[in-house]
Amino acid sequence: MPLKEINILRRHGRQYVPDLRNAVLPDIFRGRPVISGDITAAEAELVKKLCPVNAIGADPAAPTPGPLVAGSSEMEQIRCTIDLGKCLFCRECAFALPGKISFTHDYKMATNVRDRLVVASGNDQPIQLDPDKVRREIRLLFKHALKLRQVSAGGDNSAEMELNAAGNVNFDMGRYGIEFVASPRHADGLVITGPLSQHMAEPLQICYDAIPSPKMIILAGTDAISGGIFQGGPALNRDFLDKYPVDLFVPGNPPHPLTFINGILDLIGRR
Amino acid sequence: MTKETRYIELFSNPGMVALEAIPVLNYPDFIAFLDLVMGEEGTHCVAYFVVPKGDTYRFVCCMAADENHALVLFSHEQPIKPTPSLPSITVKHFQFHVFEREIHEQFGIEFEGHPWLKPIRYPFDRANQDSVMNNYPFYSIEGEGLHEVGVGPIHAGIIEPGHFRFICHGERVLHLEIHLGYQHRGMEKLFVEKQHILAQSLLAESMAGDTTVGHALAYAGAVEALAGIRVSQQRSMERIVALELERIAVHIGDTAALCTDIAYQFGQVVNEALRTIIINTTQIWCGNRFGKGLIRPGGTNYPLTQEVMATILKNLEEVEARYNQVTDRIFSLPSVLSRFEETGRVTTMQATLIGAVGMAARSSGMYRDIRWSHPFSGYVDHFYDPAMLHKGDVWARAMLRKLEVGKSMEVIREMIVEMTNDQLPMTNDQLPMTNDQLPMTNDQLPMTNEKSENPNYDLKLAPDSLAISLVEGWRGEICHIAITDDSGNIIHYKAKDPSLHNWMALALAVRNQEISDFPLCNKSFNLSYCGNDL
Repeated sequence: MPLKEINILRRHGRQYVPDLRNAVLPDIFRGRPVISGDITAAEAELVKKLCPVNAIGADPAAPTPGPLVAGSSEMEQIRCTIDLGKCLFCRECAFALPGKISFTHDYKMATNVRDRLVVASGNDQPIQLDPDKVRREIRLLFKHALKLRQVSAGGDNSAEMELNAAGNVNFDMGRYGIEFVASPRHADGLVITGPLSQHMAEPLQICYDAIPSPKMIILAGTDAISGGIFQGGPALNRDFLDKYPVDLFVPGNPPHPLTFINGILDLIGRR
Repeated sequence: MTKETRYIELFSNPGMVALEAIPVLNYPDFIAFLDLVMGEEGTHCVAYFVVPKGDTYRFVCCMAADENHALVLFSHEQPIKPTPSLPSITVKHFQFHVFEREIHEQFGIEFEGHPWLKPIRYPFDRANQDSVMNNYPFYSIEGEGLHEVGVGPIHAGIIEPGHFRFICHGERVLHLEIHLGYQHRGMEKLFVEKQHILAQSLLAESMAGDTTVGHALAYAGAVEALAGIRVSQQRSMERIVALELERIAVHIGDTAALCTDIAYQFGQVVNEALRTIIINTTQIWCGNRFGKGLIRPGGTNYPLTQEVMATILKNLEEVEARYNQVTDRIFSLPSVLSRFEETGRVTTMQATLIGAVGMAARSSGMYRDIRWSHPFSGYVDHFYDPAMLHKGDVWARAMLRKLEVGKSMEVIREMIVEMTNDQLPMTNDQLPMTNDQLPMTNDQLPMTNEKSENPNYDLKLAPDSLAISLVEGWRGEICHIAITDDSGNIIHYKAKDPSLHNWMALALAVRNQEISDFPLCNKSFNLSYCGNDL
């Protein structure tokens, strides 16, 4: 190998993230939010009104479980929630209520149960996958090799670029035998990005039909999970999602490669 | 008719004007005036669109006079009923083809003599609902030995959808037709539906996720112009730092992708790692690798701290050294050059005719850069001299990326020096343009308070006005136009990604090329599907 290449590689060094399961992102990264247990009804209403994607819920009928925080009466308390399937991680609610809502750098947010994406006040628990609800064949067949076909259906190209990055020299999910393939015929599952535009409804269906069974569906990004800022928009067609069960929800705007890779590893049962 | 009443000139970017101040001409006068301005060197159309009001369609045209650093606005009106049929401008000025196609598709207005009146994106509210994705009117040639190749909408890699139809003679491409629309999300209508500035900011950021900062900045500019405010000098410079970081990241990523498409894995891997460093720098600044959440009207949630500035400078130094090292190698390898050189050539004349913008234009010898011609934000006080190449082939587009990475790094360093050292004396060399040459009406606007400069989602917008905001994103000229009603609500929003112009450049580039070079040509432009489809 010529000397020039060797010099470049020497400076290039080792680029891969050694431990994808325990990599740490900077504190400023907007990952799983935490809502303080003592958030009041008025505060919850404020951020609920601010949120442009209706990701925030406020339910006065159900006070936060757990001990009351000193100085706040039960009347004031409220169960406030953020639905990460809708959240665009703009962090505006946290700026509006500093100390009450914060976004942690916990990037492990993918799960197979849609309801688990709803983060409630007073609950600082990691979001986990429910292993009992994973279809048996997924772990039986795909644990050591998983080939995925991605379809962008109205995606803005940021989620797409992050999925590309999941396989690049830094994140290198190929080390687990996970990779994206060109043909649906070679794939074990479908990864959908974007809010599912009307004009992609038919190509998406054709692509899904072309994948041999058993096959899985993964929604990557908030746009895919709920439509994001486009939810209820006039140019979407999300009927596809009514027809088939979804195996993994990966929130994010766009989902970080680590969120995606860890979600997949949990799903296929890898450590 | 005197010259003064035929148009209104704006010397600021973003610019704002009362709707009634835009002269309304009759169609023959409109064309005559258009012919006049099109005769000037460097003048091109940035927007030509229709606003329906009552029983009339108002056709607003905005031309950019690059040499005068001005925006020229004028309009004509036509009754809604019966549906107008107008002589096409495209016949004379081909760059109008996209605008007339867009208007025709949306409103059903006919343009007589238009040579290529084809759908652009199949918007959900198009005039002709019988025109559907599956019956796109492809051009066809009959002939022995000719065959057609259809590719897409879903492509081999993880990219956005679009359909390409080639007519080939053997391996040689005679014609490529690009059929888009798959990504249409009803963007412009959603801007009007969601009156809230935060929601609109999020929409702008998703216009094209690879140009998050560019589009968010164009939107913020339009809204700030309508609200009659401008952000502090500090914020303006920060915005440019974000914009140039985005440009560096994508250009390096594209250098990697170009290497991928010629099976030069070494170049791909090294560049990929460098792109990661840049987008992680943006993440350290604002918590998102694409800069989502960074640009907001009225201010920012993420002021650029000394600490982040130091990180940016440190990382730029590292990336610059390594990028120069690897690109020096890439551009000296015969096996790379034999694939890049003379492949997918777009001549200066072709680029000028189709109204190409951005780096696609600059690599074909067109001196077109909004940072120079219509400076915005931090560029108002910062002269930018665009990098230029003339060959118009894949090599030129790859090499221009290398040159622009260097220039953007230079800009970021200069901005950071200015921000950290306000007392730094400005020599005349640094400010080659005086304010007389570049009158900036924005100077008269009240400046927001630098210390408490948070995003402002309760801005009151001027009624019955039009704001136009141009930004040179990494692909090229981004144009956002917002129009308000009598109570200051946005009633019409027009967004343009540079891809709208440049897709035609790709179609021209692959003519007479081998079809196997298509992926390389495509990547050398790296155009946006969702930016076109909106």
